[in-house]
Amino acid sequence: MRAFTYERPADMATALTAIGKPGAKFLAGGTNLLDLMKVEAEVPQHLVDVSRLPLVDIAEENGGLRVGAMVTNSDLAAHALVRERYPMLSRALLNGASGQLRNQATTGGNLLQRTRCYYFYDSSAPCNKRAPGSGCSALQGYNRIHAILGASDACIAVHPSDMAVALAALDAEVEVQSAKAKRRIKITDFHRLPEATPQKETNLNNGELITAVILPPPPAGGQVYRKVRDRASYDFALVSVAALVDLDGERIRSARIALGGVAHKPWRALEAERGLVGATLSDDAFAAAGEAAVKGAQGRGHNDFKIMLAARTVARALTEAAQQRKA
Amino acid sequence: MTKPVTRRGILGTGTALGALGSTALAQTAPSPARGAAPMTVDVGLTVNGAHHDLKVDPRTTLLDLLREHLGLTGTKKGCDHGQCGACTVLVDGLRKNACMNLAASCDDREIVTIEGLGTEQALHPLQAAFVKHDGFQCGYCTPGQICSAAGMLAELKRGLPSAVTADLKASVIELAENEVRERMSGNICRCAAYPNIVAAILEAAGKA
Repeated sequence: MRAFTYERPADMATALTAIGKPGAKFLAGGTNLLDLMKVEAEVPQHLVDVSRLPLVDIAEENGGLRVGAMVTNSDLAAHALVRERYPMLSRALLNGASGQLRNQATTGGNLLQRTRCYYFYDSSAPCNKRAPGSGCSALQGYNRIHAILGASDACIAVHPSDMAVALAALDAEVEVQSAKAKRRIKITDFHRLPEATPQKETNLNNGELITAVILPPPPAGGQVYRKVRDRASYDFALVSVAALVDLDGERIRSARIALGGVAHKPWRALEAERGLVGATLSDDAFAAAGEAAVKGAQGRGHNDFKIMLAARTVARALTEAAQQRKA
Repeated sequence: MTKPVTRRGILGTGTALGALGSTALAQTAPSPARGAAPMTVDVGLTVNGAHHDLKVDPRTTLLDLLREHLGLTGTKKGCDHGQCGACTVLVDGLRKNACMNLAASCDDREIVTIEGLGTEQALHPLQAAFVKHDGFQCGYCTPGQICSAAGMLAELKRGLPSAVTADLKASVIELAENEVRERMSGNICRCAAYPNIVAAILEAAGKA
């Protein structure tokens, strides 16, 4: 690990000023940042520890929930209102990482975690995300875990978060603050596609700190988070789906579909959702939605299987969500 | 050289090895030009009931503080990347990977390690159950397994659900084998003593 200096400001204003120092980065749970510093994929010169800032409340707000950025994954998953009103979020969190990591990882940090592409971690391999302009080792390499949607020739890495996939389906917003201003960013606009600049993963500006995630009032319908991975537990998604289905008798009133493990950002399948509105509940309708969700998907060899896996996981998650709505 | 060869001694001779011309080593050696000014951080924390005030390099992890500064080598370094769970300790009662915490961030925290869970004369119920059920082979992951299990049972008492909990709204969750396996998935046992580990935990939880 490269040398760095460390400070733990007592309040937000000090933290937002401290982040202006050369090479400074915020440290919250550190479960990804520290990991990346050990392999020198991250080399901050200064750490501003924000883990004890008073951003740990979960409170009802305008019929929804306001989740402080330092709320841990464990606390968010276990919160009574999240379990009752946003079960797909609780499920997504509980399907991520391990008990130890969930006790430490934060809501804000989860959004900022970086890809688990092996080439990004391997400092001896070219990687446009770690070393812009050096090339993408995954394009011609072992790319079983890589993107099938929205990728570019510069980068085919995927965003690893489970939580963010549920947040995308729930239309959450991210509240961010700098020394000068506070603003909200829609979760689907928060992360970027790689295009030619995969090193830029979010639309956060320099000096902005995530202060909260805002959940709108819970949408009507059954909610499901379904994750497919190589191990039964404690593994990143090959494909995951957050699905919501609302019914009017046997007709689908509305549906939401977000996918994880397939793109550089949580992937909302809006066209597939629109295709379901007004349709009669049937296996065929959900299978068609699965196909629509992967329209335009491109395999890179080792990950070709993900296209069919994603389509079928969407269909399965929608089926389960509809069953929950009926129950 | 009359000094005995130790692993630490070898790790400490990075500059000598660098002179052999390995570019990989040259790349990973700390570079004063790119690094920040050297500094130390004051850390005051309680470990197994005893308070310690230390000055550490900011890079020091809680794991290295426990093992290298305090000599508490019961907590093991497996992967050092939060993947294996061998370094699991309790921080303010919550199970965490000691390798994924900077010591500086643990200022004012209360840490419990395997050395603080029980004594040779009076084993912690989990320790006794691991012995009874032979919940290990090589034993390297065992301190982490036991600290993790202690934290996990406390989470269960607080009503935390898991990925395999059927009813998310249930306030009381029965500890069954599938719950133990899911909740303990952050602790890897390369000897694969899992059946015995699960049996030990179920017994210690009063469920066997």
